[in-house]
Parts: sequence; C-alpha cells; structure tokens
Amino acid sequence: MSITYLEAIREAQSKALADDPNVFIYGQDIGAFGGAFKATKGLYEKFPDRVRDAPISEDAMIGAAVGAAIEGMRPIIEMQFADFSSVAFNQIVNQAATHYWRTGIPCPITVRLPSGGTPGSGPFHSQCMETIYAHYPGTVVMTPATVEDAYSMLLDAVAIDDPVLFCEHKFLYYHLKADALPKRALPPGRARIARSGRHATVVTYSAMVHEALRAAESLQADGYEIEVVDLRCVKPLDMDTVLGSVARTGRVLALGEAFPWGGVTAEVISRVASEGFHLLDAAPARLNARDTPIPYHPDLWRFHRPTASSVESAIRNLIRD
Amino acid sequence: MADLATQTVDSDLNLSHAFPEAFRWMVLARTFEDKIASIYRSGKIVGGVYVGRGQEAFSVALTSPLRPGHDVYSPLIRDMAGRAAFGEPLLEAARSYMGSALSASIGRDGNVHRGNPKEGIPTMISHLGAMISVVAGMLLARRLKGTLGDAVGATCIGDGATSTGAVHEALNMASVEKLPLILAIANNQFAYSTPTSSQFACADLVDRASAYGIEGISVDGTDLADCLRGFAEATRRARSGGGPQIVVGKLLRLAGHGEHDDATYVPETMRCSEIGQDCLLKARQHMLTEGWASEADCADIEKQATLAVEKAIATAGSEETPDPYAHDWNALSSEAFRNQEDAP
Ligand SMILES: Cc1ncc(C[n+]2csc(CCOP(=O)(O)OP(=O)(O)O)c2C)c(N)n1
Repeated sequence: MSITYLEAIREAQSKALADDPNVFIYGQDIGAFGGAFKATKGLYEKFPDRVRDAPISEDAMIGAAVGAAIEGMRPIIEMQFADFSSVAFNQIVNQAATHYWRTGIPCPITVRLPSGGTPGSGPFHSQCMETIYAHYPGTVVMTPATVEDAYSMLLDAVAIDDPVLFCEHKFLYYHLKADALPKRALPPGRARIARSGRHATVVTYSAMVHEALRAAESLQADGYEIEVVDLRCVKPLDMDTVLGSVARTGRVLALGEAFPWGGVTAEVISRVASEGFHLLDAAPARLNARDTPIPYHPDLWRFHRPTASSVESAIRNLIRD
Repeated sequence: MADLATQTVDSDLNLSHAFPEAFRWMVLARTFEDKIASIYRSGKIVGGVYVGRGQEAFSVALTSPLRPGHDVYSPLIRDMAGRAAFGEPLLEAARSYMGSALSASIGRDGNVHRGNPKEGIPTMISHLGAMISVVAGMLLARRLKGTLGDAVGATCIGDGATSTGAVHEALNMASVEKLPLILAIANNQFAYSTPTSSQFACADLVDRASAYGIEGISVDGTDLADCLRGFAEATRRARSGGGPQIVVGKLLRLAGHGEHDDATYVPETMRCSEIGQDCLLKARQHMLTEGWASEADCADIEKQATLAVEKAIATAGSEETPDPYAHDWNALSSEAFRNQEDAP
C-alpha cells in the first residue's frame, strides 16, 4: 500500500469525523465535489451533515467556526488556497486567536491552508502564510513536511483546544508518498531531526525540508555531513531541538519558502543568536524566497523560491566561513 | 407603526407586560451609563466610554422576546439596555468599566467587551460586523448537534457597519443556511461623524432584506411599543422556521460617538426632528398615559435604578485590580503549549 500526503489529510479528516460527532468540515466546494484538491473526496457521502459547502465568504467561515467552537464543536475550515485566508485575517487573528485570552473559553478550530508554490500557480495561489499567523498570540501553526505528519498532526490539530493554522503544502500533495499511516508520532510542537550530520544544521519546515535533504545528499559526496531539522510546528517553536543541533554543528542555516522580510527564518536566527551565540562558529545564515510577489512562469518561479541547488550554495558558504 | 412588510401577525406580545418590563431596563441602562460617563469624565475610567443614549428602546426590544439560557444574544456597543434585560448582572458591567480583577475578562478587556459565551452571549471584538457570523456559527452548531429546537440568535449593528464586507458575508451565509438569526440594525444617522449619505446609497437599509432573500421590518426606534412589536414579530418568524430577519430602527444617537466626542456635527434640525426624540422620555410618558405606572411609580423605578447603580459601582470600584506579576500570561489554553512563547 502507498499513501500520498493528500490522502493522509483526507484519511485524518475521515477519522476525525468518525471519532467525534462534534467535528465538522466547512469550506468551498468541499461537499459532493470533494474540494478543489479533493482533500475531502468521499467524506460528504459518509457524513453529509458534517461536510458542508460554504459560500465564498472566508470572513464568515471563520466567524462561524468560532461560534461553533463556543458551542462545543471542533470545526475544520478548508481555505481553498492559503492565499484567500487573507480575507479571513480579521476573524483568525482578532476573533479566534484572542478568544481564550479574552473569555477563558478555548477556541478549538482548525484552519487548513493549502500553502506554497507549485509551477504556474502565480502570485495568488502560492503563498505561505505561516509567518503572518504565527506573529499573533493565541495561535498554533503547523507545517507538516511528511505524509506521516500530515496525518498525525492534522489529528493533533483537531484535538488541540486552541486555533490551529494547518499549513499543508500543495507541492507535497501528490509527490510525497509513504508506505502506511503512522501508528505513533512525536507530540505537536516538537521538532524532528530529519537527517543527522555534524558540519552544519539546516533548520526548515514544510516542503523546504525536502530541498534541504536533497542539498544534504549532494554535499555528502564532498564529505560534508549536514543535519536537517524539520520544525514540524513553527509555533510553538522547538528551540531545544534547534539549539541541540547547533551545539553539535556550530553552524546554522534557516531555510523557508516564505518571503524574506521577518518571518520564521528570522525568528529562528534571532533566537539562535540570543540564546545560543556561544554555540556558533560562523555567522548564522538565512535563505528565503525573493522579496517579490510569486511569479507565474515556472522558470521564474524556480528562481524565486529556494531550491536544492540554492540551498546547497548557501550551505557551502556557511561551511567555508 | 411597525411596517411588518408582509402581514401583521402578532400573537404573543402582551404590551401591558412587556412594555413596563422593558421600561425598567431602559431606566437602569440610562442611569448606569450616565454614571459611567461622569466617572469617565473625572478620569477614573480609562479607554473609551460609548453609550446607548437614545437607543435604549431599540436595544431592549431586541432582547424582550428572547429567552436567556435558550437563545443566543450578541450585544454591541450601544446595548446596555439589552444586556441588562438579557440577564447580565449590573455588577459585571460595572467591573468591566472599573477594571476589576473579578471581571469576566480579569482586566484583559474592558467596557463593552464583555459577555458570557457559555450562556449564549458571545464577547464582542471591536471589529464591526465580525459578530454576526459568530452567532450564525453558534446556531449552525446547535442545528448540527440537534439541540437547536426553537432557539434563535439575535445581534445588532449600526448603520455605518452595514457597509462592511463582514456583515454581507454573514447575512448571506445565514440566509443560505436559513438560520434563525435576527439582526437589529440601529440607524442612528451617524457612524462616528459620518452621515448615512456617505455610508450607503439605497433608500432604506430595510430594502436590503430582499437582496438576501430574507424578511425585513422597519420600526420607529424612538417608540418602545413599535420596537417591541417589530422584534416580537421578527422573533416569531425566526422561531417558526422563517429564516433570518432584519429589523431596522430609525433613531438618533443622543450622545457623542463616545464620551470624548461632543457631536457638533449633528445638525440642530435633526436633533429637533421626530427621530431626535428621547425614547426614554417617550416611554415614560406612555407608561403614565396607559396607566401602567403613576408618577410616583416612575420616580420609584428611577430611584431603585440609582441605588442599584451606586451599589454596583461602589462594589466594583473597591475590588482588587489585576496584578501583572501574578497574571497568567498564556494566550493558549493547551497545557502542552503553556509558557513556551513568552520569551523574555
Ligand atoms: C471594522 C471597523 N472599522 C472601524 C471601527 C472604528 N469604529 C468604531 S465605532 C465606529 C462607528 C460605527 O458606526 P455605526 O455602525 O453606525 O454604529 P454607531 O456607533 O452609530 O452605533 C467606527 C468607525 C471599528 N470598530 N471596526
């Protein structure tokens, strides 16, 4: 048997719906049609009341999810693309993320954000929104990089009593396959060493984990052993694992697909610098997408975001220092 | 003259009972907010104070047909009267303004940002329009769980906030789902300083109802009886499966936008017009005319209100204030994530 990242997301939702009558999914075209990416295919047939088509009203979708959470339900909201969650920004950061703080009553909603670039998707169907939401207090932001994590972390997201932004990467939907669904998983909020090494650490998440692993593989030929830390969750940020790795390697590259100004990579670097300065043998490095909107043409797109080869160059610079 | 759009069916409303009841809450709300405004002016309340002066009749009438503990009610900034009538303890309101550590938000938010979500009263955020979809979600959840029964959800919005996308999205969603949601639209002629002519170009906000495929009712917001009739009918329709309802009240904000604002932009002619009448004075007169109360009864209602307000404010004012050192600075509820992000 083999299962894709997308199928894992579907299976997790199917299990969540089956296990808990308080779970429901709300989003555009997710009912009989099965969703723009088919992440809910077949679920409407099994749970017709609890897999609901929403109007194109991202603001109201999140508002309604918060209302349902107040009533004890655990809604999963599918944004058709992460990019469109900007329309729901207010409800996410001001309504959902402040709810527990303001009222003492938890707000267990999961917002699925089909994120990241694929060739030809262009400026409005490619964005990575994790930084925006992680900036606000009161959120949990998950960025699964593997089929196993896509499954287990989505189940975690539904079980967590706080608003979870679940950034699932579209590029991984079909590319990534696993033999089976996991039986056990790391707790949410814990990073994982995706590859061990001793010459440098790459701290990354989501689809960039795979670019980092390819770069590490290529550098192996030259005798460099590169450690890759998969953050899994960007908020909370597991600095213990990051600093533990930097303590072993003395060098760190923070890698992300999002825009370069601020963001997860900046956060990682700033924390390594302030909490682990003494561990560093070289200035910490960052690699992100370029500071422009995301281009449509595949040749421009590949040049816009980090790739295995640009990651490899960044690591070579880091090691040379 | 509630214009009940289609037909006038008003079975349940017993004005001789509902009116005096509502009048009491109006008196209490006015007395409380006058007091809060004067404390604010003396500098002892921080932040802002926004009062419902002139809107008490419309506010209380929305809650009059509601059943606390059964229905959902999401009040907004000018709803002291409705909040009180729906069962909010006066002490809770006082605590919120006075910054008591015993307020529901333990000092994390104040003034009108108070509620009791577990009892069907969501806690508003400032962003106008954002609460309507929350009410819709609460009703949807109850329907999914099979607990909705004949419960309704009621909330309100001003003329200005009807221009937000959030209001449109939420009303449209509620009508697609045919939810028993009642939206009170208080057209008090101004959004802060902006007159309705700069806010919308349709003749009357009630005309929007048909665009959503829902029903709309217009009431005279200065007239308690008319407001009670309008909301009784809207609630009856919503309870009996008629889907979302809007009730538009025409009135005038008889205060500044907030207590910092002298509202000199409101033309004198408007103040002196029909919509500028004080709903509370009108209701008091109506009580006397109908023989529901004597002058002495009214004076007693007012005295009782003053006593209750003094007591609530004195109590809240003497309570401890939040201690930042002992405060729980976690924005997440999950045990596993606590004390993780509060990096020094
Ligand atoms: C989305 C949003 N924009 C701006 C504001 C600032 N603001 C608070 S009250 C107000 C005026 C609201 O007018 P209206 O909706 O007519 O209600 P009223 O104050 O007259 O009761 C504004 C602009 C806000 N709270 N929310």
